[in-house]
Amino acid sequence: MLVYSVRRLLQSIPILVASTFVIFLMVASSVDPMTPYLTKKPPLSAAQLDSLRVKFGLTKPLLQRYWDWLTGLVLHGTFGSSTQTNFHIGQQLGYAMEVTLRLVIGTILIALILAVIVGVTTAVRQYSKFDYATTAIGFLFLSLPTFWFAVLLKEWAIQINESTGTHFFDTLWESSPNPPSGFLPQLGDGAQHLILPVVTLALLSYAAWSRFQRASMLEVLGSDYMRLARAKGLSPFRVLFRHGLRNALIPLTTQVALDTAALLSGAVITETIYSWRGMGLFFINSIEMADPDSVMAWLLVTAVFVVVMNLIADLLYAVLDPRIRLA
Amino acid sequence: MPSRVNTSAGDTLGGTATPPSRGSREFTVKARSQRQIVFRRFRQHKAAMASLVVFVLVVLFAFIGPLLWSTSPSFMSNDIFTAPDGPHPFGTDSNGIDLLSAVMKGTQSSLIIAVVVSVVSTSFGAIYGAVSGFYGGWTDTIMMRIADLFLTFPIIAIAIMLDNRFQAEASSLWLLIAVLTALFWPGAARVIRAQVLSLKEKEFIEAARALGARDRRIIFRHLLPNTLGSIIVISTLTVAGTILTETALSFLGFGVQFPNTSLGLLVTTNQTAIEGGHPWLFYIPGVFIILIALTINFVGDGLRDAFDPQQTRVRA
Repeated sequence: MLVYSVRRLLQSIPILVASTFVIFLMVASSVDPMTPYLTKKPPLSAAQLDSLRVKFGLTKPLLQRYWDWLTGLVLHGTFGSSTQTNFHIGQQLGYAMEVTLRLVIGTILIALILAVIVGVTTAVRQYSKFDYATTAIGFLFLSLPTFWFAVLLKEWAIQINESTGTHFFDTLWESSPNPPSGFLPQLGDGAQHLILPVVTLALLSYAAWSRFQRASMLEVLGSDYMRLARAKGLSPFRVLFRHGLRNALIPLTTQVALDTAALLSGAVITETIYSWRGMGLFFINSIEMADPDSVMAWLLVTAVFVVVMNLIADLLYAVLDPRIRLA
Repeated sequence: MPSRVNTSAGDTLGGTATPPSRGSREFTVKARSQRQIVFRRFRQHKAAMASLVVFVLVVLFAFIGPLLWSTSPSFMSNDIFTAPDGPHPFGTDSNGIDLLSAVMKGTQSSLIIAVVVSVVSTSFGAIYGAVSGFYGGWTDTIMMRIADLFLTFPIIAIAIMLDNRFQAEASSLWLLIAVLTALFWPGAARVIRAQVLSLKEKEFIEAARALGARDRRIIFRHLLPNTLGSIIVISTLTVAGTILTETALSFLGFGVQFPNTSLGLLVTTNQTAIEGGHPWLFYIPGVFIILIALTINFVGDGLRDAFDPQQTRVRA
């Protein structure tokens, strides 16, 4: 298992290096830190502009800039320097990540639990009323635009708040502007703000995953080893969970990992609607401020997150299926 | 009742031989082509058939509707925020634009975008996946890692960045199609590659090679046609995916711009309509998005079942 993990870890390094290069090229070609200075009124003199170009390192050749950025990243662990004043990329991004991770991890957890329960039940009771009902609901969620659904839930929550005259749902920000003091009250405050965005994203993600889980469970249920397990006289519970579910979980782990980038996209939209100060806001601001190093840091962090999620999926895969880890 | 004979393995052969007649009872089995079998199976999928009908109605609404409903989607009348009723079945918006005509136009452009993206991304992905799977080895490793790279970045971020870069340029529609294609082709490539990996070991490929067929002929004439089922299913599901993603991108200001319109843009412009007391402006275009995505998803599901010869019905 250890050898397998290390080997898998080493395999993801080339992908990361390649993605740093792609990130650098993308940002270098589309985010120009000079933009705000070129349109300034009164216009800056040519000498001033040139000194700014030197300051931003734009006079150096492209590959040298890439190398400087990469070595800064690897050797010193810095994301470069922001063109915004008083803006420490690492600190700001750290806070934004913490906020977004709450949403993403909460979503994955809830969506996974829902997907496995619904997927397994509908596979075992195929063509039952429950199966037809959840299939219909699943298809509906599969066909909802994230943005539309998020707005809908938010508006409904506001209407419920207004009609009951209470503050039942929090529809703005990731925490109250004046959070209560103390650890537990703060945690409660955060959780309260978490409910609506997580429900939005989790319902949208669970739909596809439960279809997936149902299909793989059906395949497993029809296999010979399940018949053998039953024939051996194992308890139905043991047959279903130890022999059935364990194997049927493998495709789902891969699928969840593959969906990570899409989930982050969904998180950006959901966050924006609920006015969270997370990764979405960080990215949109960095683009608007024409701050290439911040944009690169953001893309890098998300790329690492996606790669790590794939790594976790592969490791889980090996935990679930001994043939893989022993191969 | 000859139609009874179409379950499981037999029908993949396209009709079975007539069994020897016993006594006076004689029955014949009609030979069916692969295509007929798929059509038959699809027709039996009720949700898919119903969805197909609804989808065709939506398409007619979008493309024939404007010929019958003469109000222009850019004509600003003095009736501002009228609720749905006689002269404006879908109501009007803040500029007095008739929502019915706007929804027709929006559905039209959303559908066109979706179909173009679906055709381009699926064909490219399929060819890419087939080549990668066919050659295998290092070619395969490198080609698939490149495809993976496309899935490493959240598409939303790329769209925001490109939007910033090409802001004023009029090519936004083509840019939108390019971004959506970039998002969807790796999925197609992955599925087709997996199929080609097993197909290329089959005897008919060996036979083709023995006859002196070149690589290109094998890929385009022998491998890809055998993945046609998957290609059709993927392209249907891509249409649904594209419609939904277009909405997300519109929300972030990327894609179709006024005076042109799309369903995503309509929903985006009217995102505060519920609070403002004109909920129809938000609900109606949203319902059309859902209608298209939902029916297409059901049709895709029906097609998947129809193309899959190994449908198993099991009970635990």
